[in-house]
Amino acid sequence: MAELVYDKNGRLLFTKEMKREYTLLFPTMLPVHFGLMARILETEGFRVEMLTTNHRGIVDEGLKYVHNDTCYPALLVIGQLIDAVKSGKYDLHKVALLITQTGGGCRASNYIHLLRKALEKADLSFIPVISINLSGLEPNPGFKLGLGTLRKAIFAMMYGDLIVQCANQVRPYEVASGQTDQTIDACEKALLEAMNRGEGLSFQSMVENFDKLVAAFQAIPVAGEAKPRVGVVGEIYIKYSPLGNNNLEQFLLSEGAEPVVPGLTDFIIFKIYNREVDVGIYGGLWLKKKVCQIFKGYVEKCQRAMIAAMEKGGFRAPGTFEDLRRLIQGYLGEGNKMGEGWLLTAEMLELIHSGTPNIVCTQPFGCLPNHIVGKGMIRKLKDDYPNSNIVAIDYDPGATKINQENRIKLMLANARGLAKQEPQRQAGAERAPV
Amino acid sequence: MSLRIGIDIGSTTVKVVVLDEQNKLLFRSYERHYSKARERSVETLRSIRDKLAGQQVRMVITGSAGLGVAKAAGIDFVQEVYATAAAVNQYIPGTDAVIELGGEDAKIIFFGGALEERMNGSCAGGTGAFIDQMATLMNVSVNELDALSLKHEKIYPIASRCGVFAKSDIQPILNQGGRKEDVAASIFQAVVDQTVAGLTQGRQLKGKIVFLGGPLHFLMGLRERFVETLQLDGEHAIFPEDGDCFAGIGAALCASDYAEHPFDALLKKLEESVDHVGLVDTMPPLFTDPAEYDAFLARHNAMHPPEVDVSAYTGDAWLGIDAGSTTTKMALITNDGGLLYTYYHSNLGNPVAIVLEQLKEIYRLCGNRIAIRGAAVTGYGEDLIKNAFSCDAGLVETVAHYNAARHFNPDVDFIIDIGGQDMKCFKVRNGAVDSILLNEACSSGCGSFIETFAKALGYNIAEFAKLGLLAQHPVNLGSRCTVFMNSSVKQAQKDGASVEDISAGLSISIVKNAVYKVIRAASADDLGRHIVVQGGTFHNDAVLRAFEQELGRDVTRPTIAGIMGAFGAALAARDLRLDKSALLDAQALETFSHTARPVTCNLCTNHCSLTVNTFDGGRRFLSGNRCSRPLGKEKAENPDLMNYKYKKLRAMQGKGNGSGVRGRIGIPFGLNMYENLPFWFAFFTRLNFEVVLSPESSRKLYLKGQHTIPSDTVCYPAKLLHGHVEALVDAGVDAVWYPCMSYNNDEGIGDNHYNCPVVAYYPELLAANVPALKQTRFLDPYVGLWRHKDFEKRVAQMMYDTFDIPKRETAAAARAAYEAYDAYVHDVRETGKQYIAYARAHDMPIIVACGRPYHIDPEINHGINDLITSFGFVLVTEDALSYLEGYAPRKVLNQWTFQSRMYNAARYVCTQPDMQVVQLVSFGCGTDAITTDEMRSILENGGKLYTQLKIDDISNLGAVKIRVRSLMAAMDARKHRDG
Repeated sequence: MAELVYDKNGRLLFTKEMKREYTLLFPTMLPVHFGLMARILETEGFRVEMLTTNHRGIVDEGLKYVHNDTCYPALLVIGQLIDAVKSGKYDLHKVALLITQTGGGCRASNYIHLLRKALEKADLSFIPVISINLSGLEPNPGFKLGLGTLRKAIFAMMYGDLIVQCANQVRPYEVASGQTDQTIDACEKALLEAMNRGEGLSFQSMVENFDKLVAAFQAIPVAGEAKPRVGVVGEIYIKYSPLGNNNLEQFLLSEGAEPVVPGLTDFIIFKIYNREVDVGIYGGLWLKKKVCQIFKGYVEKCQRAMIAAMEKGGFRAPGTFEDLRRLIQGYLGEGNKMGEGWLLTAEMLELIHSGTPNIVCTQPFGCLPNHIVGKGMIRKLKDDYPNSNIVAIDYDPGATKINQENRIKLMLANARGLAKQEPQRQAGAERAPV
Repeated sequence: MSLRIGIDIGSTTVKVVVLDEQNKLLFRSYERHYSKARERSVETLRSIRDKLAGQQVRMVITGSAGLGVAKAAGIDFVQEVYATAAAVNQYIPGTDAVIELGGEDAKIIFFGGALEERMNGSCAGGTGAFIDQMATLMNVSVNELDALSLKHEKIYPIASRCGVFAKSDIQPILNQGGRKEDVAASIFQAVVDQTVAGLTQGRQLKGKIVFLGGPLHFLMGLRERFVETLQLDGEHAIFPEDGDCFAGIGAALCASDYAEHPFDALLKKLEESVDHVGLVDTMPPLFTDPAEYDAFLARHNAMHPPEVDVSAYTGDAWLGIDAGSTTTKMALITNDGGLLYTYYHSNLGNPVAIVLEQLKEIYRLCGNRIAIRGAAVTGYGEDLIKNAFSCDAGLVETVAHYNAARHFNPDVDFIIDIGGQDMKCFKVRNGAVDSILLNEACSSGCGSFIETFAKALGYNIAEFAKLGLLAQHPVNLGSRCTVFMNSSVKQAQKDGASVEDISAGLSISIVKNAVYKVIRAASADDLGRHIVVQGGTFHNDAVLRAFEQELGRDVTRPTIAGIMGAFGAALAARDLRLDKSALLDAQALETFSHTARPVTCNLCTNHCSLTVNTFDGGRRFLSGNRCSRPLGKEKAENPDLMNYKYKKLRAMQGKGNGSGVRGRIGIPFGLNMYENLPFWFAFFTRLNFEVVLSPESSRKLYLKGQHTIPSDTVCYPAKLLHGHVEALVDAGVDAVWYPCMSYNNDEGIGDNHYNCPVVAYYPELLAANVPALKQTRFLDPYVGLWRHKDFEKRVAQMMYDTFDIPKRETAAAARAAYEAYDAYVHDVRETGKQYIAYARAHDMPIIVACGRPYHIDPEINHGINDLITSFGFVLVTEDALSYLEGYAPRKVLNQWTFQSRMYNAARYVCTQPDMQVVQLVSFGCGTDAITTDEMRSILENGGKLYTQLKIDDISNLGAVKIRVRSLMAAMDARKHRDG
């Protein structure tokens, strides 16, 4: 059994020995993206398991071990991990937990610490917790990822975004029910097999893969009239995780809408770009700024390639990060960086500009950044775009699905009303010159 | 065209409407469904069957509880707000806005331009249900409440965000003898404020407004409050005749878009759906069979004190009174704790009358045989009852309960008391109350909540609780505040859960609230080995059983669980060992009289709402005061650093040493400005601006800006900013300076030096939501103060671009500003030292208030500092001590400047025997979800007590008082133990 080693601050380390023996558990947020990343870690010699559990016990564990006024995602993520650890499925002395750490002034930076507190409370403090972050926080001898892995992770994110966005545009119209999800599985499999063979790891081959993926979704037979599109933005975990948002996408589909969920890529670029902005606003190292610019430039290059592939395949493609930066002007400063920061508002703007004025803005109850960038900006968006139709939905352990669904239904009723008015308005506009 | 039927199924009522081809109303009904929505709808339709049988009709269901019914029955559904808008467009064209209150929903629909609709979020819970609950609390019917409200003389400020808060405000007013008429009107006003504050979100309510929904249809007093608040005249306030079933009418109108069906087929579908049960989230039963329940009962009923026959006993006796929030409890005991007489009853909103009546009864029973040698009182109404009847002592509830528990189980190490409105729990270590947990305002009211719910379903509380005992599938209702439970119940009803399962589910929810929200326990061992439970709510066997199940261990419930506070008070009275009690004797009671009159104190800017209680013989008792000034005494002037800092900051306005020629620059006095003002004041006066500080915060200033608050769950300190910037615009300043600051100063004591997201970016929120700011130059650039040279360079550019100020001049001003800020910090620290020296010279204990800089605002802290110093403490703040400790790693990410100070101050307090910490927490403060646990662990590991004061826009200090007094009692107990 691996020996428990601590650093000078008393943090339990994940050692090289553990790498050989331990299984790494991590919570799901985006099933496609995270699934790909899990497989990448496996190729690095880790044993990993993405938790896809979704039951009430998770919330109960969260309530037990995390301060109840902490944001809901912390409660869920920690609840899911503790629930898994206690499930009896794993050897308690051979599991470690993986959690992302963003840094920044939001409470979310505290998740890893709250997780450790929770483990201590549950008498499980011998379980190592590994931080995944871009800042070099909390290094572990047994968990070192090289630049190569980082590049693969970026690829996985790109593939994930492309797959999810194409799938979202096809699924509501698929003729054979379930075909879209089957296609996702097939795509994932093909990508991973190629990765295992060492293929698909150059920029060029990634671009080729983009085309293949797009073609796969293009090939799915579709039918039916266009459905009202509904954008989903919000606090990142609640926005994406079905566990967090009570299967929001599923609900929108069942109500006859087409969900539009902006991808993860912009968020990653946003987090890199923040460092650059900080140096600009407050001063700091020129080198830090430069490194960030190079990294950001690379991810943006990938993003442009992805957009091109989608457009070529006849899909509605998202805008670039630069587009978002342009849109946010006059709303928020680029220094607004905690949580989703200005990006959240920019995503709403992009949705409105790309013909999706119906938006669900999701947030955990009492989410601090969302007071400003979510709920705080809806008024102004409404003033500037009278046809925008935005509903803010809070999620927490006590909020009932019926309340949330009722509010979303109201937004959908509005959306249909707006859709009805649209042809009339256009007709009116055409008549006007006469 | 065929007939159209609209069915509106709300949380508490069913409305059925039939329209003919000309949109004329043929039939309408409005009935309570008592959680049997499907059955009720079917019955109503059957009652009109003879008119409709055999016809083709179009039918649409709407309403918050209608979705499930529509789905189960396969009948078309429209969202209720949409339906309402359709009806208004049809019948009242030209409407600008609709305000609709339902059983649990509040909605505003804005017409004109694009249709905009607002519904209450998951926080702003019930309205109609809230009024019901308040009526129950006052022991009147809703109609009587309405009639009372029309005779009001004054309105008390009552928290308007969430029903539960309002309740915490109302209770003390009632207990202290406030007039029912005034309270009734205040309740309606709270509903109005809640609707206006929570739902307008930046849009003003003006023009022609239509009022809909049951409560607004039936309650004239509520109408009056709305009309007065919104300043509407008869033409602009429309109360349509069928305003209670407009959503149903709208649904019928919308039915035009849907297909025709034979009426009988639709009725049949609905009938069949009655049997359909949806998927409900359930839990294991409380008891699997009656035998298990019997064994449980036998075990608990064994815990009882000796009973003594009052009609036979001769000798001394002691009286304890617990004037609780909803109930009054009394106990008369003998020297060994034998019970002579007990009383437990709802106080019907008038505890004085109840106690008077009972005292008379007790004196009658005592005759000449029994002499009352002492009387003590505890509970919310302690002050009032003590003064009214001249009791010998008053004690804080926590101590009373510990007295009683110890009597039954000397080894007790954990006590939990769930009363009608509050929960108290505390640990006992070394024979003293060690750490006290009171429920936060948001989960209070659980005990009375279940009672209100029982009544709403047509049961009394005892019957209702019994139903749940043997329920096979208790519903999982979650564990947040009661308003959330309301909607959880709604969902369970929708899914067809039985009343039995709901009853059991509610009991389990109350327990989960207590265990996970208040106590925050991870396991039973966290609590203790010898747990005593008490309070009226534990008389409910279902609650008790749920508690044992949740903890996985047996607990002690004395048979007198409901009167433990009174019992403990009686024991305290006994321990006074008086020769003679000062309690009013039987003769004095004959001439006893009591009147209560509300007044507003004008002796300072707090403008406390006082209640003057007058008793016979001209005895007077004043309640609601926070200091001793209205009593005719000088305000206690113990050193108070919060007060000192506040005065010092308020003085920072005007031209300073400059000429003011560059114009008037406005600075809103809120949030981080309480820290950064000394910097900006020096900066701008040096640049020859005149600094105009926004006025002192007040309720009025808050209301001024209320209509532009977009998020109703943000903290009160942030909400106040809306009023502050509007006031600056009114003052006609040339520009308003309120920069965004992701980071604050780096004091080297944390892992980072952020501001919280709200403090950091609130300026941008104001820019986007306060239209008045368009009339001025609102300057909200991003600045960072911790890199002096970088700041100097950047601000120089900024001032050059904005005001054309030469860069060298700005750079010099920045340097002067840094000096001024340092001088301010130094002054606060030195003054803190002096205060501590004063305390030590006079042998006074010291309280360190740990919060944010803006917690010194009297409108935010409601005079907590005065309250604390009035108890004989010297008060200093966290920033006067935090520099005395260096950086140390924490178990949480220590990344906010203001919060880091608290950790350090707490660490320092642990090294000082004469200091204790009181942590101030704003409701809705997200960062404090992190800091409170960490503060507790720092202090408890350092052998200190942890006391948290949660503050909101509630101006009542009742709960704060309990906490501070409990802290004092715990400090005393420790002194005795150690000394």
